[in-house]
Amino acid sequence: MTDNNTTFASRRLMPWLAALLLCVFTLPALAVDPLIFSDDHEATRHQGLSEELRCLVCQNQSLADSDAPLAQDLRREVLDLMRQGMNDQEVKDYLVNRYSDFVLYRPRVTSATYLLWFGPIVLVLIALWVLFKAIRRQQQLLDEESSDTSPQGDAAQEQT
Amino acid sequence: MARRFVPIAIFLGLTVLLIFGLYNAPNKKVIPSPLVGKPIPEFNLSVLGQEGNMLGTEELTGQPFILNVWASWCPACRVEHEMITAIARTELVPVYGLNYKDEPSEATRWLGRFGNPYTANLQDLDGTVAIDFGVYGAPETFLIDAQGVIRHKVIGPVTEQDWRNDLQPMILELINEARS
Repeated sequence: MTDNNTTFASRRLMPWLAALLLCVFTLPALAVDPLIFSDDHEATRHQGLSEELRCLVCQNQSLADSDAPLAQDLRREVLDLMRQGMNDQEVKDYLVNRYSDFVLYRPRVTSATYLLWFGPIVLVLIALWVLFKAIRRQQQLLDEESSDTSPQGDAAQEQT
Repeated sequence: MARRFVPIAIFLGLTVLLIFGLYNAPNKKVIPSPLVGKPIPEFNLSVLGQEGNMLGTEELTGQPFILNVWASWCPACRVEHEMITAIARTELVPVYGLNYKDEPSEATRWLGRFGNPYTANLQDLDGTVAIDFGVYGAPETFLIDAQGVIRHKVIGPVTEQDWRNDLQPMILELINEARS
């Protein structure tokens, strides 16, 4: 009986639940203001650029992700700059001139960011070197052991 | 025996470094402006409450001035309004408002309610001039010298401390510079 009841209930609820989920998952689309692109190429280029640029209000989001009013303005500005014929680098430079390197999601390679860019590689190299040394030592120990178990070694053991 | 403690020592060292780093990280909310030391952007904006009257880079420069970015929708602007008013009352330099993405009627009402200390308010309706100024939130306050070069920027509400430690001494220096 109870089984029948639950299936009945879930059958009736299912469409509603589905509708609710659909609302929840599609609502974010409304958060994004519509920019009108002239073609697909422009849209993809704009999308790419806004993913590379940081929203300065909510700093862990890119311009593409953020629905802060400033992000909307900057997305519009980026599109305007693109239409003025600037290439991607020029658009980025334009924003860096106003908002500093901070606006770039991918930090530039400068003397200030060497540690950031190459630090991990250096750490991996050090780790590999330590690992290599450890393996070598282990091998040497094994070699010594195996030479210890050679006939002379056995003889030595017998002597003790 | 001592070798055994090397990893523990490294671990503890890293922990201390991490904790130190967390507590001493620079304030991420404040992004230093690359525009300090650079000339202000070119602009020409209509003046709030003065139909048809425009003010721009040319009219503003020639003497040091303060440009305060504000809006009626910005709660922090109300917080600093008393300070901005006090600064304007010293009459050391003109204080211009950049009314940032605001409804003119709302802005006028706001000024009517809290007082209008500004020499004039420039209307940046769509926020494009603010972008040129590297504004990423209201309020922001710029100190600009007679040549139109940005000398200082305060992000967030101007406090009495900002005034006493930075703005006032810099303004006095700018005035002296202009005299000599």
